[in-house]
Amino acid sequence: MEPRSEGAGKLDELIHGRFRLGILSALAVNDSLSFSEIRKLLETTDGNLSVHARKLEEAGYVACVKGFDGRIPKTEYRMTPAGRKALERYLDHMEALIRAARG
Amino acid sequence: MEAHALENLRYIRGAMERAGSFTAVPGLGGVLMGSTAVAAAWMAGPQTAQGRWLAVWMAEAAVALLVGIVAAFWKARRLDVPLLSGPGRKFVAGFAPAMLAGGVLTAGLWQAGMDHLLPGVWLLLYGVGVVSGGASSVRVVWLMGACFMAAGTAAVLLPAAWGNGELAAGFGGLHIVFGTAIAVKYGG
Repeated sequence: MEPRSEGAGKLDELIHGRFRLGILSALAVNDSLSFSEIRKLLETTDGNLSVHARKLEEAGYVACVKGFDGRIPKTEYRMTPAGRKALERYLDHMEALIRAARG
Repeated sequence: MEAHALENLRYIRGAMERAGSFTAVPGLGGVLMGSTAVAAAWMAGPQTAQGRWLAVWMAEAAVALLVGIVAAFWKARRLDVPLLSGPGRKFVAGFAPAMLAGGVLTAGLWQAGMDHLLPGVWLLLYGVGVVSGGASSVRVVWLMGACFMAAGTAAVLLPAAWGNGELAAGFGGLHIVFGTAIAVKYGG
């Protein structure tokens, strides 16, 4: 699926929400994180994390790999280049807002 | 609008700092610490005077501490995440008390002539420190601490003559095994 395209000056609503922003921020400083690690980090529920992670996955911002750790199912997430660019654009946008507000 | 943007940036920074705890423990540093421990065991093994044996391991502790600090800073810098705020401070806060207790017990046991207990006490307290310091980190850090505690417990119960080998297996082997796992999975 193609990543959601956003203009440079337009806020990416997909990652504006707290949980999705948190997921991308966490993945920005890790090569990969498991579902349970992200859930623990964001102190949320399985269902909530599933919903938000899927939206990021559908947008092409994160890649999801399902496998097994022994007999235990394991889901790993990685940030894609598109996801990294989206986070960078979002940070640029926030910084631009602050600069504009401070004149 | 400015306040909202600032709040968002703070949230991102907080999430990255918390996530940074997953990467703050340096895997490659652990491997290097394990290697120096194996070398220390090789040097300490032939020592017949207990004072020299202790001196070798004290020197190893200082070297390992230095390697750990440098490796943690190097890793944090490479990943561009803060070390001394949140995650790093949490780890030190959990880790340091056990190390302080280890220092006090080392002096006490040495003075009491009970130095045969030192390998077990060191491994056990190091494990306690890692479990405590890594409580908010990934499971592998906690698991490493638990393995050190198990190794320490075994060392307390096993014959004193095995102490040097237990230190090599613990500080050497466990550091190398878990350090490799952390380095591969958590960015170095």
